[in-house]
Amino acid sequence: MHLPAILPWGAADGFSKQMLLVILSVVIIATFFLLAARKQQLVPGKLQFAGEAAYGFVRNSIAKDIIGGKDFMKYVPLLFSLFFFILVNNIYGAIPLIQLPSFSHVGGAYVLAAIVYLTWIAIGVKKNGIKYFKLATVPTGVPVYILPIVIPIEIISNFLVRPVTHSLRLFATMLAGHLIVMIAGSGIEYLVMQENVLLKGTSVLVLVGAIAMYMLEALIMALQAYVFTLLTAIYIEGALHADSH
Amino acid sequence: MNQTIISAATEGTNPLVPNPWEMGVVLAGFAVLFYIVVKFVVPMFEKTFAERAEAIEGGIAKAEKAQAEASAALEEYKQQLTDARAEANRIREEARAEGAQILADLKEKAAAESARITAHAHAQIESERQAAVVSLRAEVGTLATTLASRIVGESLSDDARAARVVDRFLADLENQNAGAAK
Repeated sequence: MHLPAILPWGAADGFSKQMLLVILSVVIIATFFLLAARKQQLVPGKLQFAGEAAYGFVRNSIAKDIIGGKDFMKYVPLLFSLFFFILVNNIYGAIPLIQLPSFSHVGGAYVLAAIVYLTWIAIGVKKNGIKYFKLATVPTGVPVYILPIVIPIEIISNFLVRPVTHSLRLFATMLAGHLIVMIAGSGIEYLVMQENVLLKGTSVLVLVGAIAMYMLEALIMALQAYVFTLLTAIYIEGALHADSH
Repeated sequence: MNQTIISAATEGTNPLVPNPWEMGVVLAGFAVLFYIVVKFVVPMFEKTFAERAEAIEGGIAKAEKAQAEASAALEEYKQQLTDARAEANRIREEARAEGAQILADLKEKAAAESARITAHAHAQIESERQAAVVSLRAEVGTLATTLASRIVGESLSDDARAARVVDRFLADLENQNAGAAK
């Protein structure tokens, strides 16, 4: 399901609104944080304070709390970029007239999940060598006769299912929210057009329900950005400390 | 909007099949954002955090140092005060002892001086009395002789005789005096 392209107008494959929004999100995030960080003072102004609070949230509440240790600073840029990239692209869905969460198109979610997938495998191999794959799939303290069952499960859950759920969770929630808002809007439009007054009146119920769904969607948009970043931090932490799991 | 849904539904495309162009845009956009974050945003924020932590910790360290210095100075002052008190006590004791010593010396000296003066006076009085006696003896003798010669009209110019007479007279006098004194 793709919106018509902007360039060339209406074509199936071309420069679409979704692509424009993705590029715009990069500009918004970079501009905001560069402005907030530009004039750094020990006692921050309003903009700097907002930037520091946002940066500190990812740095301390996600990276430091999950990864911890003295290594966590290495992964702050990735987590920070992921969180705000997904957050802004999701919030698009809650802004009137834009109303298109970029990740309701599955391609972007695949790309981000793939980046994270390759990153945590690379970290695990770099940290533990090639035996990382053994550490990640053979749990310690399990009786030998259960291992033939456990090892395939671990391989499937860690290396096959994990990136799929990571990407589809984001994509599906955004698409579902997008569809619900869109269907509610169309439904209201359809009901208002009816000749029957009683039927016309039910559009109010749909409107109330749509507003509630809109609030819920706005919450889920922020929440999914957090969940995606949190899971990334958990995967990285698991790869770093594979020997102690 | 109806049109969109209908077209989406009738299009029959699978929503799980990605558009490669969109993937490319997301990848490129994320790469640019990541580069900016790594290169500028994180270092700038971390620099501020570090500076702020240093400012706070530096302030605390400075305050602790000042506190330590102040208590050291207080200790020193207390020590000096104690020393000064002890010194003052010592000086006072010394002065007291010295004063007593000086007083005793002076008393001794005064006593000696007075004894000396007394002895000297005694000696002088004795010698003056002696001189007076001698001179009196001579004068009184002459006077008495002249008087007697006048009275008795007898020439008593013979000195030896006269002296004998006078001596006898004086001896009588002394004997009388001595008898009276007794």
